[in-house]
Amino acid sequence: MTSHPQNDGAPPPLDRRPPPPVLLLRHPTQFSVLDRPLPDTFRFLKPWKSPLPLGDFLSSADARAAEAILTSGMTPVTAEMLRRLPGVRLVVTTSAGLEHIDVAECRRRGIAVADAGDAYSEDVADLAVGLLIDVLRKVSASDRYVRRGSWSGEGEFALGSKLGGKRVGIVGLGRTGLKVAKRLEAFGCAVSYNSRKAKPYVSYPFHSNVCELATNCDALVICCGLNEETHHMITREVLLALGKEGVVVNIGRGSIIDEKEMVQLLVQGELGGAGLDVFENEPNVPEELLALDNVVLSPHRAVFTQESLSDLCDLVIGNLEAFFSNKPLLSPVLDE
Amino acid sequence: MASHPENDGPPPPLGRRAPPCVLLLCHPIEFSLLDRPLPDNFRFLKPWESPLPLDDFLSSADARPAEAILTNGRAPVTADMLRRLPGVRLVFTSSAGVNHIDLAECRRRGIAVAGAGDAYSEDVADLAVGLLIDVLRKVSASDRHVRRGLWSSEGEVALSSKLGGKRVGIVGLGKIGLKVAKRLEAFGCAVSYNSRKTKPCVPYPFYSDVGELAANCDALVICCGLNEQTHHMITREVLLALGKEGVIVNVGRGSIVDEKEMVQLLVQAELRGAGLDVFENEPDIPEELLALDNVVLSPHSAVFTPESFSDICDLAIGNLEAFFSNKPLLSPALYQ
Repeated sequence: MTSHPQNDGAPPPLDRRPPPPVLLLRHPTQFSVLDRPLPDTFRFLKPWKSPLPLGDFLSSADARAAEAILTSGMTPVTAEMLRRLPGVRLVVTTSAGLEHIDVAECRRRGIAVADAGDAYSEDVADLAVGLLIDVLRKVSASDRYVRRGSWSGEGEFALGSKLGGKRVGIVGLGRTGLKVAKRLEAFGCAVSYNSRKAKPYVSYPFHSNVCELATNCDALVICCGLNEETHHMITREVLLALGKEGVVVNIGRGSIIDEKEMVQLLVQGELGGAGLDVFENEPNVPEELLALDNVVLSPHRAVFTQESLSDLCDLVIGNLEAFFSNKPLLSPVLDE
Repeated sequence: MASHPENDGPPPPLGRRAPPCVLLLCHPIEFSLLDRPLPDNFRFLKPWESPLPLDDFLSSADARPAEAILTNGRAPVTADMLRRLPGVRLVFTSSAGVNHIDLAECRRRGIAVAGAGDAYSEDVADLAVGLLIDVLRKVSASDRHVRRGLWSSEGEVALSSKLGGKRVGIVGLGKIGLKVAKRLEAFGCAVSYNSRKTKPCVPYPFYSDVGELAANCDALVICCGLNEQTHHMITREVLLALGKEGVIVNVGRGSIVDEKEMVQLLVQAELRGAGLDVFENEPDIPEELLALDNVVLSPHSAVFTPESFSDICDLAIGNLEAFFSNKPLLSPALYQ
């Protein structure tokens, strides 16, 4: 645990000091949606309650007392912000991704970072598989067909495509990717993957190049995080390599895919279908997608189950309490 | 193999006789949708090409040479039909179920019956799981929400519910039910079942009473066949036992569930939701369901993949050729 810059030794434990001030960049929706109060063992600083704009608030005496920052995926924790809050020793994010946090700056300053850990990975994996089944078996499209009366009127709906035997490439074999793989195996899919590097102890074939993965697969499931290397990693070439019958499922981040190119290929029938929980410019969804029957659109809610949100709230509180009790974080972001 | 009523010994093998006459009770869509020709070592009688209504056709001289009947799940093979076609020695159905065939009459007349065997079970199991994920995770409902442009304006859809940890009761642990169970285990569901009798070597808890199964589960997946015992087996009481948070998925037959009661409970929010591929009076769907956001409607298409259809074509041809070559049927169904 890092020492407080103004102390020589470890800070006093939680119950023997005033509640640590925690800067809340936004009220965490996970708590409000579940009607769960924030713990009163901490003093939450709420910039939106101040008449000052955020920039000025951060320079105020109130903000300077902050020893931790609690953020969601929406509000960035920048080097500039950290410079203005020298008392901060911990950043906790409620999101699965880290692209909004200057992790390098945190490391330089000895600031610990905690993320959503494993709280979401099952639910995200479940949705990824649900989206793949939906696209291949046309579940939502059939539901639309039935609801508009076409089953009685026009007869049988189109054929879907079997899951079993499909070669599915997982892009990013992390916590979520591994869970997707395990589920797909139960359906008889043949799983392979691309990751920054091959994972030891994993039996699935590894492809060092995502285009090569696409060439050898019938579907891609994007499970990785967004960073400089993964931005627009799924190019037009990768999608063309996936082929006319190919399906792409994205539960990572919209910008991992070159969305404009993907939309064009879908419209032109050069790609079989897509199941998307994330988009480049949420909540805006490219209009062309709304007219397509072979895409399934999800409003970035892969983590929005009662259970995941509840686990996340427990994790946030748990991380804050652990840190300020000089115990190890429950879900630390470690150097890889 | 049953002897021809007019011969003493077994009939001549396929290669050394005129092509056997096979009566097609319905359009063989599995062949036509795949652009596959019917085999030319059989002579197919097609009632729809006759000006006579089916009933009169069956009494006509044209129909009398029939030695086998090919049907699907919708066109019944009745005792009366068999009486009028004394030359028939084999009935093949392309459906998984055999409730539309008078099995007792077939036994009495020494008529062999063959069905879809294992051809569909993976595809049906996959759809059952897809429907369950859709209902719990509101996949189709969210897709509708996004397509209506509501993501930007009205914010989030209501919270959904995690699959992992859900207790799922499989009604009918046959070929399909077992595959559903295996898939659900990969998602972390706790599987139990009800069947006519316990299955040996199966790790899941057995409930002899379907109401008791419902009382101990969060979701029911109906995978059994339709017969006298299973007709309206899922009563109002069973659904109430499942509870307000309960989900029902039906990939068996519509009449296994008391549909009128189920619809009422859904409308009254006494059930969390339903994923239905089958209905009591297809293709008519109770109008109330069309207005509900928590049901997923599928036009009896659980078997509608090119892979399943191709397997069925192979099985139809394979069973016909086996039977008329005095070999054992590939997928006998008389023992169900």
